[in-house]
Amino acid sequence: MDRFQLLKLENLNTSFKIMNSYYPAVDNITMDVFPNEVLAIVGESGCGKSALALSIMGLHNKERSLIKGHIYFQGTDLLSLSVSQLNKIRGKDIGMIFQDPLTALNPLMRVGQQIEESMNYHTSFSKKEKREKTLHLLEQVGIPDPRLTYNQFPHELSGGMRQRVVIAIAIACEPALVIADEPTTALDVTIQAQIMELLKTLQKKSNTGIILITHDLGVVSEMADRVAVMYAGQIVELSAVEQLFNNPLHPYTRSLLNSIPSSSSDDDRLHVIQGIVPSLQNIPRSGCRFSPRIPWIDASHHEDHPVMHEVESNHWVRCSCYKHFYFPNEKVGEK
Amino acid sequence: MLKFLLRRILIMIPQLFILSVLIFTLAKAMPGDALSGQLENAHADPKVIAEQRQKLGLDDPIQVQYIRWINHAIHGDLGMSYTHKIPVTDLIGERLWNTLLLAAATLIVSYAIAIPFGVASGRWTNSWLDKWVTCYTYFTYATPLFIFAILMMFLFSFELNLFPSGGSVDPQAVPGTLNYFISKFTHLVLPTLSGALLATSTTIQFLRNEVIDTKIQDFVATARSKGVPESKVYSRHILRNSFLPIAAFLGYDITGLIGGSVFVESIYSYPGLGQLFLDSIQQRDFTVVSALVMISGFAALLGTLLSDIILSAVDPRIRID
Ligand SMILES: Nc1ncnc2c1ncn2[C@@H]1O[C@H](COP(=O)(O)OP(=O)(O)OP(=O)(O)O)[C@@H](O)[C@H]1O
Ligand code: SF4
Ligand SMILES: [Mg+2]
Repeated sequence: MDRFQLLKLENLNTSFKIMNSYYPAVDNITMDVFPNEVLAIVGESGCGKSALALSIMGLHNKERSLIKGHIYFQGTDLLSLSVSQLNKIRGKDIGMIFQDPLTALNPLMRVGQQIEESMNYHTSFSKKEKREKTLHLLEQVGIPDPRLTYNQFPHELSGGMRQRVVIAIAIACEPALVIADEPTTALDVTIQAQIMELLKTLQKKSNTGIILITHDLGVVSEMADRVAVMYAGQIVELSAVEQLFNNPLHPYTRSLLNSIPSSSSDDDRLHVIQGIVPSLQNIPRSGCRFSPRIPWIDASHHEDHPVMHEVESNHWVRCSCYKHFYFPNEKVGEK
Repeated sequence: MLKFLLRRILIMIPQLFILSVLIFTLAKAMPGDALSGQLENAHADPKVIAEQRQKLGLDDPIQVQYIRWINHAIHGDLGMSYTHKIPVTDLIGERLWNTLLLAAATLIVSYAIAIPFGVASGRWTNSWLDKWVTCYTYFTYATPLFIFAILMMFLFSFELNLFPSGGSVDPQAVPGTLNYFISKFTHLVLPTLSGALLATSTTIQFLRNEVIDTKIQDFVATARSKGVPESKVYSRHILRNSFLPIAAFLGYDITGLIGGSVFVESIYSYPGLGQLFLDSIQQRDFTVVSALVMISGFAALLGTLLSDIILSAVDPRIRID
């Protein structure tokens, strides 16, 4: 791909301070996001997806976290900027959609004001222009009565409506990149579909790059162009969405795919790796952090320092896992 | 809003009734009565005592006494003070204004100090400022009011001679003149500071915790993700939300100060309700005591009402109708 990257993460490392030591929750991540693409990040709870998103937005508490590496956004390293320099980019060129619409809005501020707020700092719109733009945004995100909602407080809206408002806030200044951190987890299923549909429509219309963080592989297959699978702070597989679904390689990816309820046969469900993502302090820091979850694989297959390999064009997998891996109740060599 | 007020005021009637019965019963249950407090000589002639009791209506059945008392109270007659020999309303009148003045001054000064320090301390946790402020709050929290008030009086009145040590105004000053006004003010300084400085500790700690809790809320991250400058993140998002519970306490605070500055008033012999309360208890002047307790009970009920009104004004999630 020779397109100019919108976002380029280089050896990004985000550590949190716990009892005076720093533990990386994002461990040496290198990846790109291109304009007009949807990059999905999937992985179990606690694998560092939000930590990654908040690092890009510069939203981590500086006293309790340490960020190393580079985050190039349209060529500028965001990590080299001061907060006030970053504030010229946040909200204008990068927008963020948060997970929980119930808590993401200020309870004391009218919806209209909350959407207009970013225009106060990033545009020279007059009061009237801001209001018009806001009403237009509310309409765009599917609020039935924009004029009414403009003057409402968040508590007067349903969860789905609030998430639409959160989206309106994120896209208010027409950013080039939108980061959506599990934008539908807090909503019920029918609303989830509507919100995803909305995101897709907006993305198509304005050629925005989207980082879509999600648990839901159904959503990934619908929305994403490329997928990064994360485990314990690292990417274990990165590829175009068709390749990932047709030819998943890393055992963790295969396990995730087999755990989709709708598409799994009974046979597939047996082929799900048990266990959970270890907590920050307990992630093995030397050797492979995934090997403890597949103890039946012969120790000789593991590498000391597993790195990413490009196994086919634009399909990267960590280590040589995929060559030797089998599920416990799978016949050896079945794959 | 109007309906709400009406309903709340109606609810206050049975509350006040219960309060009045309680006060009356307690006053009656106290050892001694108006008469024994008045007698200088414990060995007075029993015949005289009986006569006096008859005259004061102290021998009537208890419910008759209660109804008489409450009936008068409703008509603005809180009875005669046994010790001062003047109507209780007159006795309370002037002092009520003094107390209100002291209460308002204390409230303003304590919030004027507590708000900036509480906010700064919560915003820059673990900074030097925060450590000093925390130190200050522990110190003021642990210091008993009467010791602190006496210290203040000793230092600023006796040693430095900056402010008067007692009273509410220079008796020589003529009401309405500038001198009178200045004298009122200088008399107010020490009682106000004594009460206000100690009152700041809880407000500062409370506000500090509120700011710390609020600044990690999701909507604050939303504000930052919009590129809102940090100072505006505080003024428009964090502070407004942290002030909510403080605003709710304001109503109670006002009441507390009206009933409460007993120590400060008596140490500075400031002629307010608190001092009157203490004196009246010592002299078993129960008409005055009952009236005062009734007033502070009434103020407490008004305080809750005020709190609800303030809260509904600042928090759109709370609607009263
Ligand atoms: N501020 C923080 N301080 C300390 N540890 C943190 C902090 N934020 C996250 N962590 C830890 O970092 C790890 C990654 O957390 P993160 O929130 O990024 O996970 P996630 O992949 O977003 O999970 P979920 O799907 O539940 O949102 C977890 O072990 C979490 O406990
Ligand atoms: S094969 Fe490599 S990636 Fe897989 S568990 Fe072993 S060391 Fe880890
Ligand atoms: Mg998360």
